[in-house]
Amino acid sequence: MIDIVNFISNLAMPLIILIIVLYGFLEKKEVFDKFLEGAKDGIKIVVNIFPTLIGLFLAVGALRSSGIIDIIIQCLEPILHLINFPSEIMPLAILRPISGSSSIAIATDIMKNFGVDSQMGILASVIMGATETTLYTIAVYSSSVKIKKTRFVLIASLTADIVGIITSVVVCRFLS
Amino acid sequence: MLNFIWPIFIILSFSYAIFSGNLQNLNSSIFESVESAVNLSITMLGTMCLWSGIIHVATNTKIINIIHKLLKPVIKFLFPEIKHNTKAQNEISMNMVANILGLGNAATPLGLKAMETLQEENEHKETLSNSMIMLIVLNTASIQIIPTTIIAIRSSLGSENPTSIIVPVWIATICAGIAGISITKLLIKYSKKRKNI
Repeated sequence: MIDIVNFISNLAMPLIILIIVLYGFLEKKEVFDKFLEGAKDGIKIVVNIFPTLIGLFLAVGALRSSGIIDIIIQCLEPILHLINFPSEIMPLAILRPISGSSSIAIATDIMKNFGVDSQMGILASVIMGATETTLYTIAVYSSSVKIKKTRFVLIASLTADIVGIITSVVVCRFLS
Repeated sequence: MLNFIWPIFIILSFSYAIFSGNLQNLNSSIFESVESAVNLSITMLGTMCLWSGIIHVATNTKIINIIHKLLKPVIKFLFPEIKHNTKAQNEISMNMVANILGLGNAATPLGLKAMETLQEENEHKETLSNSMIMLIVLNTASIQIIPTTIIAIRSSLGSENPTSIIVPVWIATICAGIAGISITKLLIKYSKKRKNI
């Protein structure tokens, strides 16, 4: 099973590039010129979002290194206890929408401490697979077109995250 | 939104660090954060240019028409406002395909291209349009067939069955996706009603 999945994941990217280039070539398009035109746009996108990344990384890094995130987690603990949410997973659930790198670090920690294939380890993996770094995505997408007013996008995406995390907990309970 | 969240993050964490005497950690984290933002951008510059280039080739061939046809019903339902904008529809379909295949690296440049196209017909240039919000929500929901990153982490930690999480992840992402789409649709309806009053 793992071999097949690995094979498919490894195949996806090369196969897509191959098909596209082959198609363009067979249709007698100027494939390389088109590639260069597109690649140039890529530079513009990165330049547009670079300042956002600096700002966001600074704020999220400070949140974690100052220790305030631990206080926030402690404050939220009683609420999550009410819905019988496993407390070991809490820091992951709270950090997941804010920071990609620290949520990977926390998930790896959980998997090491409880065992990769333990109930906690599986739950951490499922949460990581089922959710995204919401704040980062919103910031990058809106700043790439220089938009400041984001209306209800945060509420909508956080709802999706919360539903994803709760479903993960329920599914993992059901499995074991 | 970030004009509100960003200062709060900074004020809370910087003042807490000063009061709790945690300044050394904060100082080193400032430099680390800026550095990792630069590192990420450099890595991103590579993948972003690569995929923007490949996709530009694709949009000039018939492949894009095939994908577009396959996803048309979905796009029609999710993005009713861009009925006549084939370019935006194409880019959104490619973004969806990349997401579903688990190619996060390719999905972001495509999504950002779609944002640019959507911005062209956006009436209020400073505000996200309904279609833009739907696109962002879809991208935060991370709907994918194979969650590659986490499988890689699991097998590096010596899991006996790294792929055992795939089905639970499907169930969770589908629920999250449905929730995100429904609430976005609801809020779009609600904001329209409020405008009419």
